[in-house]
Amino acid sequence: MKNEYIPFPSQVKEIIPHTDIEYTFRMSFTKDVKPGQFFEVSIPKYGEAPISVSGIGEDTVDLTIRKVGKVTNKIFENYEGNTLLMRGPYGNGFDIENYKGKEVVVIAGGTGLSPVKGIVDYFSDHPDEAVSTTLIAGFKSPSDILFKKDFEKWEKTIQVIKTVDSAPEGYEGLTGMVTKYIPDLPIVDMENTVFITVGPPIMIKFTIMEILKRGIAEENIWISHERKMCCGLGKCGHCKMDSTYVCLDGPVFNYAEGKNLID
Amino acid sequence: MGYQLSRKTADEVFGKLKERYDIFAPKLFQGEGCFSDTDIIRYGKIDSLDEIEYERRSDYSFKEALIAINETLFYFTEDETTVPSCTDKKLLIFLRSCDLHALKRLDAIYLENGPEDFYYKRLREKASFVLMGCSQTCDTGFCVSMGANQTDQYDLYLKLDGDFVLVDCKSEELAGYFQHLETEDCAVTADYVTENKENVTLPKNLSVDSFQNPIWESYGSRCIGCGRCNFVCPTCTCFTMQDIHYRDNSNVGERRRVWASCQVDGYTDIAGGNSFRKTQGERMRFKVMHKIYDFEKRFGYPMCIGCGRCDAVCPEYISYANLISQLAKEEA
Repeated sequence: MKNEYIPFPSQVKEIIPHTDIEYTFRMSFTKDVKPGQFFEVSIPKYGEAPISVSGIGEDTVDLTIRKVGKVTNKIFENYEGNTLLMRGPYGNGFDIENYKGKEVVVIAGGTGLSPVKGIVDYFSDHPDEAVSTTLIAGFKSPSDILFKKDFEKWEKTIQVIKTVDSAPEGYEGLTGMVTKYIPDLPIVDMENTVFITVGPPIMIKFTIMEILKRGIAEENIWISHERKMCCGLGKCGHCKMDSTYVCLDGPVFNYAEGKNLID
Repeated sequence: MGYQLSRKTADEVFGKLKERYDIFAPKLFQGEGCFSDTDIIRYGKIDSLDEIEYERRSDYSFKEALIAINETLFYFTEDETTVPSCTDKKLLIFLRSCDLHALKRLDAIYLENGPEDFYYKRLREKASFVLMGCSQTCDTGFCVSMGANQTDQYDLYLKLDGDFVLVDCKSEELAGYFQHLETEDCAVTADYVTENKENVTLPKNLSVDSFQNPIWESYGSRCIGCGRCNFVCPTCTCFTMQDIHYRDNSNVGERRRVWASCQVDGYTDIAGGNSFRKTQGERMRFKVMHKIYDFEKRFGYPMCIGCGRCDAVCPEYISYANLISQLAKEEA
């Protein structure tokens, strides 16, 4: 019988720094994985942390990690030429098939861009497979912007609105919350438009209010929940909401179902 | 098959069982309660039938015989991980009807919800269960209301009856210990209670709208978030992963899982400082709704089995049983 708790070592292939505290770790991984799924990443003797997949390569998987806790601090100290221990992937992830042939709008806040980055990558690489693709990405300030190289690539093939909450004087980019850009989004066919939104709970709340105001059906909105997923296996209980285990049934939910999940 | 054994024969059988089984049962630990000069009844390994506390309900449940309070998942030594070995012996666990119903709930989480749990399964497969009947109700239990007062799902039923021991054996594995005995076969039926002092009405119309009921805040306002109700509950299964390293060699350490409580701070903390359910009222609602509403939505039967241990252990005298009945009235 398989012991699901035993992690496997994965080689750190490449490091892509975004900010002082947010790096993408390109890890060796050859099995199937979907955007929106997550791994339990650990440093022995420090602990495990759930980290979502922020990119999928031929024999790699990207994990964008923010240095904010005991485990992630250690990962930042200790990564060079090293291996991390991983378990997973866990969770349902996003199913690209749900979005093909539609007007796709992805709205992400901060590191919330990680779990949806695979979707943006996909439609940026295959722009013909969606009627249109728009990314609205919000960050706290210009120095918090993640995936700068990827933005350059995306801007060539899809609509990109990259905004910061506040910026020093002289900043040339867009400012304001992501919600500011929802009312004016060009939407041709409401019924054929899907929204995918990931970010801090408060951002998701206001973003969805704006989306619904546009007349989009709840069934056409997708969210991903960030919760404390200790085991990833439906056992430890920390991520449960109502009868739903975020680690098993999520973290990706259709909003029609996800709106009923109250902590 | 039922048997009536003399106490002497029963002790001999027990001696033989001990060779093959680690036997766990509720024991009285004198003077080891939370407060001075108080006792506690909890599970421990026993060497004779005399050690079993047969009269009173245990303060802690049987679950710690299957899910340790603090379990080492594996050891880290340099680049290797080593899984601790499991006991060669089989397990024999004495418990009551309510607890045997709770076992089904533990199985649901550890064997059916997501992939099977390696550590639970390897112990569970070794375990047989001995039902201790209840000839009278305990004080705070409401097993009758929850339909957990009776069971036929035991491997062995064992009743101490003066100079005799009555046994009903349903398990092939254990039958060999009794078949050869020179004893009269007799019909043995397990004792069970048909009435409790505490009766609970389960709310029938719960939904997410019930989250808004002020009852949560009213009961939660008295809660101090100690988590005792979770730790005595035979159906609570939550744990937290924990890594440690040894002080005298920091290259070596272990990953453990330790029991967790949804009533205690930190249960929902995520990276970056966010947490959910900050008030005790919200946590009370989360726990109670899991016990009587959302577990059932997922698995088809309520989680709570009405053992009443949570009410007996609460230092703030919060009655979960009263909460449920009041909720049933309000949500009718």
